Amino acid sequence: MGTTEIFRIVLLVLLIACAVAVNLTKNLMQAVIIFMSYSSIMCILWILMQSPDLAITEAAVGAGISGTLFLMTLKKIEAEDAGEKKRKKKRAGKRS
Amino acid sequence: MKKAFHRFYNLIAVICCLLLIGVLLYAVSMLPHYGQENPRSVEVVERYVHDGLEETGATNIVAGMILDYRAFDTLGESHVLFTALICVIILLGKDVKNMRREYDGYYTVEYESYHKLADDKILRLVGYILLPCLFLFGIYILLNGQLSPGGGFSGGAIMGAALIIFAAAFGFETVDKVFTEKVLKGVTFVSLAFYSFAKGYVFFTGANGLENHVPKGEPGMILSGGLILPLDIAVGMVVACTMYGFYSLFRRGSIGHDHTFMDQQ
Repeated sequence: MGTTEIFRIVLLVLLIACAVAVNLTKNLMQAVIIFMSYSSIMCILWILMQSPDLAITEAAVGAGISGTLFLMTLKKIEAEDAGEKKRKKKRAGKRS
Repeated sequence: MKKAFHRFYNLIAVICCLLLIGVLLYAVSMLPHYGQENPRSVEVVERYVHDGLEETGATNIVAGMILDYRAFDTLGESHVLFTALICVIILLGKDVKNMRREYDGYYTVEYESYHKLADDKILRLVGYILLPCLFLFGIYILLNGQLSPGGGFSGGAIMGAALIIFAAAFGFETVDKVFTEKVLKGVTFVSLAFYSFAKGYVFFTGANGLENHVPKGEPGMILSGGLILPLDIAVGMVVACTMYGFYSLFRRGSIGHDHTFMDQQ
């Protein structure tokens, strides 16, 4: 097993870890960042699979622009994660 | 009752998920191994690999495929981007005449927030150093589409990302000096119309056995590949405009300088 093969397996494991972590995280901001890192890993994998055309597009669109648009959307809808809502409720309860 | 339904629902969801994973893995196991020839599409692959350079004049065979053999696909993709931009304008575009009364305070708060964002010193310095390189890199990828990896879509995406960084670092007013809604509409329309007419001409002559007057050029030079270079530029322009338009519409609900809005402030 060569170094490239080990590198590829590590990247694939990280890819699956990212895909699972997006579902498990409660914080939307963190989910967007994990999604962007997923795209970066996918970009390196495209290069390993010898398709640099796709790698460039993945780096620019997947890791860059779509992540930015997600962040813009989160700001626009003033998103809160589940933990923050609970904390706010607790604070409101204490006051009353 | 509600709890039981929830448990049942979760169980069904897990079973559906596992079934889908099983079906997909089964489908993957039937695919040919990585790097091996797929017996069903072997004719097309042979044609592309052996005659591609001669027929399209592009050293990068991927560009020859997407912009010559399958140029209709790319035309559809560019129009999908255009349609998406129109949809975003319809959904997120601010019509000041209709919404002013309800959202007056909201506008002011949001308008002030751009100016605060534009005062980021680190972002400004990084943009100052990085932006020329980014634009050059995007243009290089765009113009070298027929020679090296890249092409219209990737180059346009990089240029769009550079425009987004420009707007984030130096404020929308700086971008508005050159890039207004009129410019966006004009560039997108001219690019799409040029693509449609140029490719329509090639398809018409090709289908009727007429002589094609587009020079192929010498493979390996910048001016080669027949129509691939101009089509790359057209696609790149559409992609860059769409990406920046998305960002601008998401961020402030308009592309370019909004006169009616500014006059009210």
